[in-house]
Amino acid sequence: MKKIEAIIRKSKFDDVKKALHSVEVNFFSYWDVTGVGNEKEGHVYRGISYSTSEIQRRYLSIVVSEPFVEKTINAILATAATDKVGDGKIFILPVEEAYRIRTGEKGNESLN
Amino acid sequence: METTILTVNNVWMMVCTTLVFFMHLGFSFLEIGLTRQKNTINILFKNFFVITVGLLLYCIGGFNLMYPGFEDGDMGILKFAGFGITAPEGGMGFGYADGGYTWWTDFLFQGMFAATAATIVSGAVAERIKLSGFMLFAVLYVGLIYPIVGAWKWGGGFLDAWGFYDFAGSTLVHSVGGWGALITIYLLGARIGKFDKDGKPKALPGHNLPIASAGVFILWLGWFGFNGGSVLSADPELTSLTLVTTSLAAAAGGVAAAFFSNILYKNFDLTMFMNGVLGGLVGITAGADQMSPTDAILIGLIAGIIVVLGIALIDKLKLDDPVGAVAVHLICGIWGTLAVGIFGAMAGFDQFLVQLIGVGIVGAFCVVTSFIILMIVKSTTGLRVDKDEEIRGLDLSEHGMDAYADFRINEG
Repeated sequence: MKKIEAIIRKSKFDDVKKALHSVEVNFFSYWDVTGVGNEKEGHVYRGISYSTSEIQRRYLSIVVSEPFVEKTINAILATAATDKVGDGKIFILPVEEAYRIRTGEKGNESLN
Repeated sequence: METTILTVNNVWMMVCTTLVFFMHLGFSFLEIGLTRQKNTINILFKNFFVITVGLLLYCIGGFNLMYPGFEDGDMGILKFAGFGITAPEGGMGFGYADGGYTWWTDFLFQGMFAATAATIVSGAVAERIKLSGFMLFAVLYVGLIYPIVGAWKWGGGFLDAWGFYDFAGSTLVHSVGGWGALITIYLLGARIGKFDKDGKPKALPGHNLPIASAGVFILWLGWFGFNGGSVLSADPELTSLTLVTTSLAAAAGGVAAAFFSNILYKNFDLTMFMNGVLGGLVGITAGADQMSPTDAILIGLIAGIIVVLGIALIDKLKLDDPVGAVAVHLICGIWGTLAVGIFGAMAGFDQFLVQLIGVGIVGAFCVVTSFIILMIVKSTTGLRVDKDEEIRGLDLSEHGMDAYADFRINEG
């Protein structure tokens, strides 16, 4: 089992979600995050220029069994890219164990 | 016939009264929108305070201080006709004010104006003034300073005798508020974070520009009453001309500010557009019944440019005016007053000189009295909240309240 964490543009979220569903990754969590990075957005307010390094992104956390890892990564790579700086990152982490709370099932069974 | 004319006039004047009242919502929205979320309750509280207490003060003494009944030719400076308001004999008849309005309407229309002077100050000092200090300042400024200055012109005092002209209050309302704002922000100091260590101005963007925009549209609407009512009757020609000049100046001011600031700063700044509209409105106010449409457009265009330069000047002087009140109300108020001597039916060097003297005298009086009042405030209630309170926001530190409890915005 692996946990796939992805930071993506909010504007790409719907495409990524659709692509994940199409490879039968139907369960995952996400939340909105603020980060710091290379991308700077120029602003002007009442004659004063300023830039903010605060970047708004969406953070996905997806736990899948081994056969789904490649498919999940490819789905995100194919849909989250705009080829501009700031498209985000994907991280793969090992997961020791998983349980479904309702039934007590564990391992791959608990993920379906 | 006389009753009919009085009725028609009086209805118009009461409509204008309600429009001027509505301006207090406009000011509130503008101030909220151009400041940060954490100070919203505080700004609304101040605006409620100003209109409620302002109206009561005007009833208790302000009206009789502003319209004390100077004798012709006595060059009145200060006179008080007593506490409270009681309609005089004949105050409801055609004989009062040439059938323009009743005495009750007179009181309420002028009362709606009175609080405006402190409302102008409220925006400039936002986000760091101590609430109790502001309340004390507002009571003294609306209760005493505004009516005393008003008496010099509208009450038939010495400025009126000299031929000084201020139709609806570029000086008497807007500059009086603007001077108070300037002195207060000078003594108050800038908000934390407005200037960096090297003294370079930094942007503290307002948190709700849709609300600020609504405020400006409401103010424009209210100005139909502010200027239209200053005709002091429903005179068909003068009221319609006044509404035309008022609107054209507002439009020209907005356009000038939007494009001039684009030339300077390379962006289309909505807040400059809004301030330009207001600058045009303040600019036309002194001579709205004296100008041709072309004059009004020129006054507005120049006001729009003045606003943009004025906002930059305030930053350069290391002063902090979150809503641009000094540029809009003081600088454009002075411009509008002087414009009566430059454009329109009254233009002429002598008139210009009288306008200049009026601006100078009112300015000097307001600067000195504001300074004295603020020294009193400083030594009693205190003027500024402490650093921690300012950082937490005045909504929490002064009121213990949230403006937007349980509210969040989903960004795209």
